[in-house]
Amino acid sequence: MSDLIEGYLGKRADGTKSRMPALLDRWQSITGLILGLFIIGHMFFTSSILLGKEAMYKETKLFEGSLFLEKPEPALVSIAAALIFLVFIVHAGLAMRKFPYKYREYKMLKTHAAHMGHTDTILWMLQAGTGFAMFFLGSAHLWTMVAIPDKIGPYASADRIYSEHYGVLYALLIAAVVIHAMVGLYRLSVKWGIAVGPRPRAGRRRNKKMMWGAILFFSLMAYAALATYWQIGREHRGSYGERYTPSAMQNRGDVL
Amino acid sequence: MPKTKIITSDQSEGRELTFEILKYNPTDPESKPHLATYKIRETPGMTLFVALNMIREDLDPDLAFDFVCRAGICGSCGMMVNGKPLLACRTRTADYPEGKIRLMPMPAFELIKDLSVITGQWMDRMSRRVESWVHKQEERNYSRIEAPVEPDRADATFELDRCIECGICVAACATALMRPDFVGAVGLNRIARFEADPHDERNDADFYELVGDDAGIFGCMSLLSCEDHCPKNLPLQEKIAYMRRKLASVK
Repeated sequence: MSDLIEGYLGKRADGTKSRMPALLDRWQSITGLILGLFIIGHMFFTSSILLGKEAMYKETKLFEGSLFLEKPEPALVSIAAALIFLVFIVHAGLAMRKFPYKYREYKMLKTHAAHMGHTDTILWMLQAGTGFAMFFLGSAHLWTMVAIPDKIGPYASADRIYSEHYGVLYALLIAAVVIHAMVGLYRLSVKWGIAVGPRPRAGRRRNKKMMWGAILFFSLMAYAALATYWQIGREHRGSYGERYTPSAMQNRGDVL
Repeated sequence: MPKTKIITSDQSEGRELTFEILKYNPTDPESKPHLATYKIRETPGMTLFVALNMIREDLDPDLAFDFVCRAGICGSCGMMVNGKPLLACRTRTADYPEGKIRLMPMPAFELIKDLSVITGQWMDRMSRRVESWVHKQEERNYSRIEAPVEPDRADATFELDRCIECGICVAACATALMRPDFVGAVGLNRIARFEADPHDERNDADFYELVGDDAGIFGCMSLLSCEDHCPKNLPLQEKIAYMRRKLASVK
């Protein structure tokens, strides 16, 4: 009954305004925060290849539960990826409310942003654009992680990037996700007035500098990691499909 | 047709300024929107107010624009100056080293003619929507002295009451341009002003009834162009975030 009333009148049964807009705004921010923090961690983890194959291998096994399971279980990665995929879908659905839907809205926004030259407005356009791109790029990546979680590792990931041509997808995804996530985290701070300190204007300037720094840092790190995977994949192309064996196991003649 | 007559009388030593100004009268079926070009000589300390009067005086008596106070107080001369919404009376031509200035009317408001827009209709709608008056249950007895207000609370109210309704925050806001029913920073600032005012007895739930939706506080995308262009330097970023936190927690 109350659903019927709210659906038609936008009000609750007691005559007060629906609380749903507040809830949607809050959850858009909460899911954005979860994804933003996840992305920071994710980029550090995938960039472990910069420390060497051994480091990346150990970390992969850690995420497969090597600390508490006798045998690492890639299904754990599947479950984690599925959860992130769910948060991703909810966030995308909520954020879509803010997109310019009609040509007139888009035209107005584009003209305004281009002529005014206001950085935050242009950044939001980039955020909307990268968000739209991630509907496809992010979904493809996340589904890969859900479907084939066992194909993560120094050689498996490198093979995927070089021999299976995922490199292009990841090159585009890195640009989209770094911009979207870092601008999003900055915007969260000013939107809710959190982490801006007692002088909000100064806090905003500081957070914006941190945002630019983070965009630069994570872009460099992620593209360096991607180039490393690509190089490993190229060198390994003759043995495509072979899995990495850590040095300790090689000595024992043991292969995982 | 573009007008390019150059004033060279007693200001011949000033640099030449080129103005491109939108000319359009929406009430005249013959009128077609176009940019007219005017060239004038710059005078010392020249503002857009001075330049526009010079153009109207010497080049185009048909040019329409609004000014009242010439001192950034009345808020009637808001316009888009090289894409940015500014008060023309406080904008100096010296701020444009290339000497090229393009003037457009503020979007989001109904155009009267050329650079003249009606901000009043929009502001009136906004004022009624946020019920921009003190709400008090008790009947006011005007023969009695007002109850004192704590200086801090009075300051907080007066700080937000400095808004001159120039419309610049609305014209700067991409959300307001895309969504004409969006209440804008001026409306959200007004809500924050009454929330701070000890005379107003409304609570958060009451304010939620006014702006607790996607055309209100939850529609704001925090692009903060309002904050960056406000000619009165109102703390819009801080107050919008504050009201968002308050209204998001209303049960």
